[in-house]
Amino acid sequence: MSDVEGAISQAYRDEWARLVAGLTRRFGNLDLAEEAAAEAFATAVTRWPVDGLPPNPGAWLTTTATRKGIDRLRRESQRDSKHEEARMVFGHAPTESICAIDDDRLRLLFTCCHPALAMENRVALTLRMIGGLTVPEIAHAFLVPENTMGQRITRAKAKIKAARIPYRMPSKADLPDRVAGVLAVLFLIFNEGYLATSPESSPVRADLTAEAIRLTRLIRQLIPESGEVAGLLAFMLLTEARRTARISEHGELVPLDEQDRAAWEPELIAEGHQLVRERLIAAAAGEAPGRYQILAAIGAVHTSARDFRETDWSQILALYDQLANADPSPIIALNRAIAVAEIDGPAVALTTVDRLEKALNGYHAFHATRADLLRRLGRNQDARAAYDTALDLAGNTAETAHLARRRDRLR
Amino acid sequence: MQYLISVIDDKRNPGSLDRRPAISQFNERLIADGYWVFAGGLADTDAATVIDNRGEHPMISDGPFLESKEYLAGVWVWEAPDLDVALTLAAEASKVCDRKIEVRPFQ
Repeated sequence: MSDVEGAISQAYRDEWARLVAGLTRRFGNLDLAEEAAAEAFATAVTRWPVDGLPPNPGAWLTTTATRKGIDRLRRESQRDSKHEEARMVFGHAPTESICAIDDDRLRLLFTCCHPALAMENRVALTLRMIGGLTVPEIAHAFLVPENTMGQRITRAKAKIKAARIPYRMPSKADLPDRVAGVLAVLFLIFNEGYLATSPESSPVRADLTAEAIRLTRLIRQLIPESGEVAGLLAFMLLTEARRTARISEHGELVPLDEQDRAAWEPELIAEGHQLVRERLIAAAAGEAPGRYQILAAIGAVHTSARDFRETDWSQILALYDQLANADPSPIIALNRAIAVAEIDGPAVALTTVDRLEKALNGYHAFHATRADLLRRLGRNQDARAAYDTALDLAGNTAETAHLARRRDRLR
Repeated sequence: MQYLISVIDDKRNPGSLDRRPAISQFNERLIADGYWVFAGGLADTDAATVIDNRGEHPMISDGPFLESKEYLAGVWVWEAPDLDVALTLAAEASKVCDRKIEVRPFQ
């Protein structure tokens, strides 16, 4: 890659969200902002190699995109004189003191992750408007046809305009819920990257995990005082650190107890641990930790153990108890049972797991967990059957390879 | 921006019937705060009549255009600056009416 190409992709990563957000504020229209930003980058691709790099690429892009936006507005108003733009609502009004940085990108993030939009549309819109991924890239990541993904984004933008979803900071009363809504979108993007759900996808999508981490870093920079943002970032880093060790060279999932811990990424772990320590201090000062902070703490316990046997399971179990308190979902209960198996043995854990059957019968991880416990209890026949059910339900190729190997070793 | 606020009731699980005083109070606040444009409760769907005069003769039929367990029990029209304001009010309205609420913008 030439220097100029490198500079363009760097500018794209650094400036896209800022550009779209600034244009949205200026024009009050997401569509126009997105198109003008895309045109500005297209112009950069043709001009920069000829004219050389502008001294301030960000400023150049802003000026160029603003001009493109104005041109487009003129063309549209000539085409249809009655056409009146439904302006988006923005303003500082109720919430000025909430955030250290009152940033256009943050407003845009809250708009894209608005609870009045369907979750899948929030994800698509966030990746397009903030992440700068193209529609084909997002479509590929979620294995839907390009025009389906394009329609999802178009529909979301149309609703924002028609229902007047505002482009501004939420009120103080709404802020915790709205931040949680943004984090849910980022969590979903990360998880899809970390354990892709479809057999047609590669088992791990490093592009999606990296994007989720980048966006979470951005929102952390914008709302540094939010414990849950810090918690989610720490959780992602401590999970991402184990990503390469988690898949064998044959594309098979490697469970935690078989992972080569020397292959974990020490820098990500150090950064994640630092964040968790900060949150522990806040918790000691009386700030009740939310689910992402507890998940991060669990990740910290795992990544602190030199090998699997050294894992502090009683601490992990205590954290899962805390998590189950905050979020009494059967999936948390299932993960908690895995810690129970390490402390009280697989028989006790199996009793707990079996109680979840009604809620989790269609979930592959339920059957995979059962299969593993049955295998450890020497109930090979039952274990094989459970592996079979898990295999029927699992989509991730690395996971199916791992489950099949475990099953085939049983007689 | 004007929004149509639909109050949705469910024949299988109707909301409570003692909401009138609370709704009146809520209406007074809507008026005082400048959100109120219009409000009205509707008679039962059995009282509805559908007429279709797109053909040669008007066709009149008894009952609502759509038979369903969920039905429109009443409406408001509000003037609100944006959806967040409308949703905050609608959350209150749902409590006040003890029913589900749909918020839909006018064009």
